[in-house]
Amino acid sequence: MVRLKLSRREFLTVSVTAVGGVMFGMGPAWLRAAEDASELNVFVTVEPDGATVIGVSQPDMGQGMYTTMSMLVAEELDADWTRVTTKQLPLMLKRDPEGKLAWAWVGQGAGGSTSVVELFGPLREFGARARRQLLLAAADSWDVPVDELGTEPGVVIHTATGRRAPFGDLASRAAVVPAPEEAPPLKSPEDFRLIGKDFEPKATHEVVTGAAGYGVDVRQAGMRYAVIARCPWFDGRLIGFDDTETRKVDGVLDVVEIPGPPPGEPYSTMAPGVAVVASSTWAAMKGRDALSIQWDEGPFRNETTASFDAACQSALDAGDGQVVQEVGDFDAAMAAAATTLTARYRQPYVHHATLEPQNCFAHVQEDRCLVIGPLQMPASASRLVATLTGLDRLAIEVRMTRLGGGFGRRLTSDYVAEAVLVSKATGLPILVQWTREDDMAHDFLRPGGWHEITAGLDDRGRISAWRHRVASPSKYYRRPDEEHWQSEIYTDDAPVGLVDNVRYEYFDMGSGAWRGSWRAPAHTANAFAMESLLDELAHEIGQDPLQLRLALLGEPRVLPYSNHGGPNWNPGRLAKVLQVAAEKAGWGRKLPEGEGMGIAGHFTFGGYVAWVAHVSVSPGGELRVRRLVGAADCGLAVNPKGVRDQMEGGACDALSTALGQELSIDGGRHRETNFHEYRMMRIVDAPPEIEVHIVQGADEPSGMGEPPVPPLAPAVCNAIFAATGRRIRHLPVGDSLARK
Amino acid sequence: MDLEINGKTYEYDGDPEQPLLWVLRDSIGLTGTKYGCGIGQCGACTVHVDGVARRSCMTPVGKVAGRSVTTIEGLSEDGGHPVQRAWLDEDVVQCGYCQGGQIMAVASLLAQVPSPTDEQIDELHTNLCRCGTYYRIRRAIHLAAEYMKEKS
Repeated sequence: MVRLKLSRREFLTVSVTAVGGVMFGMGPAWLRAAEDASELNVFVTVEPDGATVIGVSQPDMGQGMYTTMSMLVAEELDADWTRVTTKQLPLMLKRDPEGKLAWAWVGQGAGGSTSVVELFGPLREFGARARRQLLLAAADSWDVPVDELGTEPGVVIHTATGRRAPFGDLASRAAVVPAPEEAPPLKSPEDFRLIGKDFEPKATHEVVTGAAGYGVDVRQAGMRYAVIARCPWFDGRLIGFDDTETRKVDGVLDVVEIPGPPPGEPYSTMAPGVAVVASSTWAAMKGRDALSIQWDEGPFRNETTASFDAACQSALDAGDGQVVQEVGDFDAAMAAAATTLTARYRQPYVHHATLEPQNCFAHVQEDRCLVIGPLQMPASASRLVATLTGLDRLAIEVRMTRLGGGFGRRLTSDYVAEAVLVSKATGLPILVQWTREDDMAHDFLRPGGWHEITAGLDDRGRISAWRHRVASPSKYYRRPDEEHWQSEIYTDDAPVGLVDNVRYEYFDMGSGAWRGSWRAPAHTANAFAMESLLDELAHEIGQDPLQLRLALLGEPRVLPYSNHGGPNWNPGRLAKVLQVAAEKAGWGRKLPEGEGMGIAGHFTFGGYVAWVAHVSVSPGGELRVRRLVGAADCGLAVNPKGVRDQMEGGACDALSTALGQELSIDGGRHRETNFHEYRMMRIVDAPPEIEVHIVQGADEPSGMGEPPVPPLAPAVCNAIFAATGRRIRHLPVGDSLARK
Repeated sequence: MDLEINGKTYEYDGDPEQPLLWVLRDSIGLTGTKYGCGIGQCGACTVHVDGVARRSCMTPVGKVAGRSVTTIEGLSEDGGHPVQRAWLDEDVVQCGYCQGGQIMAVASLLAQVPSPTDEQIDELHTNLCRCGTYYRIRRAIHLAAEYMKEKS
C-alpha cells in the first residue's frame, strides 16, 4: 500500500490495492476532447478554436504512423499542421447488409510495410470529404455557390468577397450539413502542402515526458496483474503443478492453468503454462517463483543449434532439394560456364526482442470483452478472442496502445489469448505481463538456415547460371490464415528475370523452434547470401562490385513479382539507388590500410534500398562501422523524415543483428535468457555517421518499415572483405574477426 | 517508510525488497519508467536518485527511503528540460519505449560531464534502443549539452 502524503497531513489513497482499484489519469490532452468539438468523420474532429484532432487507424510501433497517416488526412483537409493533434482509433469493424463482417472504414494493422500503400488513397479521401463539409457549411452561411470557395490551411476563403472563416467557426455546421455521396476530387501532387515535405512529427512530446501509453501502462478499474510460467520446451506439455506455496504469497489472488496449442495445430497460446494472478506485478512474480511445476520436455528435447546446423549442411551435401523455381537450363549453362563459384552462408535464428515485452489487458464479461494492448493485427486478435470466448466479433472491443517495438512479433496474438483466458477463468480485468526472461524463452523466431549459391559466368563475364539452395524450416506453418505453404526462398526474387538460367531449391528442415515473421522476413537471409556471392564473384573476376551489379540489373524495365511488394518490380530503380549510394559515399576512392567499403542493394515490399558501408578493422580485429550511406526509392516519400528514420533505424537494427544476435537452441528450448546473453548493439558500436538519400522513382508511395534492412548486413560484410580480405559467410559476425 | 518521488512524499508499508520500478509503476502510477529487462542491462527503467541515474529495476525500494527520486514525469514541468528539447529537435523518437530511460540517463550524464566527447558518450551511455535510434541519440546528446550551456 502506498499513500500520498498531503501537506495537511491528510492521506489520499492513490494505489491499486487488493480490494479496490483506481484508474489513473493517463494520456494526452485529446482524451479530454472538448464537448463542443465537431466530428466531421471518423478521422477528423474540429474544435471551436480550430484545434483539429486526426484519428489514426493504424497501430504505431515506431514506424511513424501518427505523423504519416495524419499527413494524408491533413493534406486534403488543408489543415493547419500546427493545430493538428492525433488520437489512436480502436479496431473498427461492422457487419455489411448481408451480415458479413467488414472493416468499418479502412483496413487496420501494421505489417508488411503496407499502411502507406493501402491508405494513401482512402485517408486523403476522408480528409477531402471533411474539407468539403467545411466548404458546404461556409457556402450555406454566406449564401454563395460552393464552387467559389477555397481553402488556405485552417481557413475557408471566398476570394470574390474576401470573406474568410477559420475551420473552428464552421465546424459545428459542417458536422450537420448533408454529405454528398460521391467523393470529392483529390489534389494534384504539385498542390501538396504537406506530403513530401518535412514537418514536425506528431505525438512525440508525450514520449519525452513519459506520458505516452504502451500496453504495459494500461490501468483499468479493478485490474489485476498476471505472470505466467510457460513450458520452455518446443511442444512440451504440462504434467502437473503444486501452487500451495504460491497461494501463501502476500498479494497472490489466484492460480490458473493455461492450455497450450495442440501439437501441429495453429498457435492460440504459444505454450501451456500456469498463470499467477496478484494485486501487483511483483507479487505475481514472487508467486510464480514459488510454483512447483513438472513439464514434459516434448519431442524436440534433443534439438540444439549444433544439431540443426549439421542437419542443414548434410541436406545441402546430399544434393537436390525441392525445386521451387526453374528458369532456363541451369545444368547446361553451368556446363558451358567459363568461371564458376560456389559458396555457403549461414544464418542464425534471431529473436524479435521488442524492448516492451509481450503484454495485454483483457476483461471478459458474459456479453462482452475489452482488449487493450500493443497489437500489430487488431482484427486477428479479435478473431482469436471470439474463438476463445464464443462472443460475437462486434461484442469484442479492441483498443491499440503504442507498441514498444513490433518487428513482426506482434503480428501474432498469443499474448492476447493468455490475457483473455486468465480473465475468463477469474472474471477479473487482467494485465498479463511477460518478463524479459519469458520473452526471450518464447518468440516466433526468424528461421535460421544454410544457403548455398552456385553461379556460372559465360566467356564474356556475364552471369549465365545461378542456383540458390536454402536449407531452413519455413515460417509459414501452423497458421490459421495460411492456406498455402511457402518456402523460405521467394520464387520471383532476383536474379530471376536478370539471369537466363536460374534454379531455386528448398530443403524444408525439421525444427521445433517457434518461427514467424521478423522485419523483412526471409529477405534478410536471402539478400545476405545473394549480395555476398555477387561481391565474391566480382572479386573472383577482378570486376568492380558496383559495376557487376549494374551490368546484372541492366536497363529499367518492369518484371513480374508475386511476393512482398508485387505485382512487379523494376531493376532500373535498384540500379539507380546503388548508383546514388555509391556516388554519395565516394565509392572507388582509395582508403587507408585496414579500411574498406562494401555495397549491397535489394528490392522488397515495394521499396528499393542500397547501402554503402565504410568500415575499419584494426590489426587486433576490432570492427568499426564508420559511415553508412544509403539511398532509398519508395516512390513518393509522403513523410521524408519518416523515411529517413526508418533507414537509420533499419540500418542499426540490421547491423545489431548481424554483429551479435543469435538465438541458440539448447535441448529443445532457447538458451539465451536476457540481454546479457542476447547481444543487442549499444551506442558504442553504432555508426557515428549515417547519410540517407531519397530517390523518387514512382508517383505512388511504398512502405519503408522493411526495405532498409536486407541489404545492410551484406554491405557491411562486403566492406569487411574490402578492408581485410576476410569473407564473413557465417552470421552473426561475433568475434570471428579477432586475431587468435 | 517515506518515499520522496518527484517532490511528493509517499508513505510505503510494503516489501522493502520490491524493486523501485514496480512501486513507481504499479503502486504510484508513474508508468513513464519502463520495464525492459529487470537486470540493469537495458536502462529503460532509469530514474534519478539524489540526482544520479539509477536502474530502478535493480534498486530495492527500501534503499531509496529518505532519498529524493526523480522519474521522467518529474524531470521538468512541461518537457522543457534541455535533454527533452534536444530529443524533440533531433527527432530521436521511433517506438519511444526506451526514450524516457535514455533521457534520464543522459540528463545525469551531462550533469557530470557537461560536454562529452563521442568517446565519452560511447563509454558512459549504455542504454539499449531496439529501434536503433543511436545516430540521433548521439546528435541529441551533443545538442542537449549546448542547450545546457546556454541555460547556465
